[in-house]
Amino acid sequence: MPSQIVSLVVNGEPREFIAAPGMTLLAGLRESLGLTAAKRGCGQGTCGSCTVLVEGQARAACLVAVETVAGLSVSTLEGVATGGELDAVQSSFVDNFATQCGFCTAGMIMVTEALLDRDPDPSEEDVAEAISGNVCRCTGYQPIVIAILDAARRRREERASR
Amino acid sequence: MTYRLAAIDKSSFAAEREDDFTVIGSVVRRSDALGHVTGRTEFFEDVAPPGLAHLKMHRSARHHARIAGVDLTEALAVPGVLKILTHADIPNNLYTPLKLIGVGPDDEPILAVDKVRYLGEPICAVVAVTEAAALEGAARVKVTYEDLPAVFDVEEALAEGAPLVNEYHGQNHFIYEGHHCRRIRFGDVEKAFAEADHVFEWRYQSAPIEQAPVETTGCVVIPQADGRLRIHSDTQACFFTLDNTALILETPFNKLRIVGGTVGGGFGGKVDVVVEPVACVAAMMTDRPVKFVYNRYEEMQVSSPRAAERIYIKDAVMDDGRIIGRKVTLYVDSGAYARHTPYGTTKAAAHLPGPYSIPNVWADCHCVFTNRTPSSAMRGFGVTIGDFALESQMDRIARALDMDPLRLRLLNAYRDGDLKAHRKVAEGTALVEVIQKAAEMSGHELPEAYRRMSSLTREGL
Ligand code: FES
Ligand code: FES
Repeated sequence: MPSQIVSLVVNGEPREFIAAPGMTLLAGLRESLGLTAAKRGCGQGTCGSCTVLVEGQARAACLVAVETVAGLSVSTLEGVATGGELDAVQSSFVDNFATQCGFCTAGMIMVTEALLDRDPDPSEEDVAEAISGNVCRCTGYQPIVIAILDAARRRREERASR
Repeated sequence: MTYRLAAIDKSSFAAEREDDFTVIGSVVRRSDALGHVTGRTEFFEDVAPPGLAHLKMHRSARHHARIAGVDLTEALAVPGVLKILTHADIPNNLYTPLKLIGVGPDDEPILAVDKVRYLGEPICAVVAVTEAAALEGAARVKVTYEDLPAVFDVEEALAEGAPLVNEYHGQNHFIYEGHHCRRIRFGDVEKAFAEADHVFEWRYQSAPIEQAPVETTGCVVIPQADGRLRIHSDTQACFFTLDNTALILETPFNKLRIVGGTVGGGFGGKVDVVVEPVACVAAMMTDRPVKFVYNRYEEMQVSSPRAAERIYIKDAVMDDGRIIGRKVTLYVDSGAYARHTPYGTTKAAAHLPGPYSIPNVWADCHCVFTNRTPSSAMRGFGVTIGDFALESQMDRIARALDMDPLRLRLLNAYRDGDLKAHRKVAEGTALVEVIQKAAEMSGHELPEAYRRMSSLTREGL
């Protein structure tokens, strides 16, 4: 099978690159586009550190063959802050010490973005469920859960004040 | 955003406490947090130099075997394979990481020579232009083995007739200044057992524990125009890695530069120097940047875990709860090589008999070689499993005497001025106050006499 040109809309911008057969979305983002926020913790769909959004849905980019998402829109952590301003999830992660080594953080933030987009007022259980596919070995999870609930509150307040 | 979160509790040791802290008790933002939440923190694997080659290891499929032959023909024929390194390519193939602080002998080959001593031991390193070609090449290396009997249990390894794991040591244990183990001899435990109202002996053991960081162990080595090597690594110990790598490469230290300090979780698992030396040799021999990073399987199978331990504790105890003698026989499973475990075993001995003043202490702490994955550092290694055993022992004694476990500990806790089993005088002790505070916070009632106890005096005992 020959390599092919794949087009994606990444963080709102159209991007193209050459993909060898079987190339994962994670490799495409990291190696072809230089977008290295998403991490490879396991390469087998078990740690969540590679999580990005495909059409707004959280996906493990290490398990997605890049040709299967051709033409779709992909969001990565690099696109979350706008104009140098952290969004509510990012600043809440900073303030609540939800990031330590930082290796799981991109995945955690991206599942949070997807969660809050579909449910602006999640319960603690909803949060636990949303991050259940994401491993963090540093924080013990509690600061992350607190940060996500805090981010939801901040975002609701932002909306209300607009 | 520095603000005081809680007042400093000065209720204990008021005379020794200042209240002019500028950081303790306040919230300080992590300096790396902004990089983490924006995805801009650069981890070693985010470095992508042009022409990057990939290294994959062919590893031992046996626990213990002589290597009868290594056939690289098929592996070399894989398109994209640039080079296959064997032990003969490593300038100084034999090492031990703690040689930097004078620990010996060198006991571990970078790449196996004539024997493998644990499952997954590196034998040869395949360097290729793509990761897929390196994997394919590593899979096509053919090694023929002559199996040797293997030993996986610390006590079996020390028994007569056990297979010899590591010839560089000559016996299945590390030697401490001429002794077969790390020892403590303080007072006369046998006399204490004869005088005691009760003698309690129990056994504790733990399995190896993998640190399991989310980022696996790895490095990217980039040859520089001036002949130096730039090593991007997730090691927890940049200079330790640099020095050990230089010794293995037989190169001056200033030929190497480490870019590190950003570690995607380590917990002790990224202290051994296992990926950098071979990646450096590969980079020198191919004159290309080389990446060597563990996959998740390698991280779990071959990266060095917290050592398994087995601990026997025998205590001489009086009816009132005073412990008058403690005898500990402790085995630490080093796996096939020493790495940091001789040091971990010393730490285990240093930690005995726990934070208690016991007048008679005897301990033998063995660092044992077996055919398991070499163990090494992990958060408080040598100490945490010992604590599990010691504190379980305290609870069991309390139960056997039908005594409050906190009172048992307060009775035996060390005080300032006590002579410890290592013949150091205890100072700055605080166990009594910590237990009193914990009791208060958890609503655990202590009688007045116990609430009045202090680390500063033995009065009231
Ligand atoms: S790297 Fe994709 S789930 Fe772990
Ligand atoms: S912060 Fe280190 S793995 Fe989550």
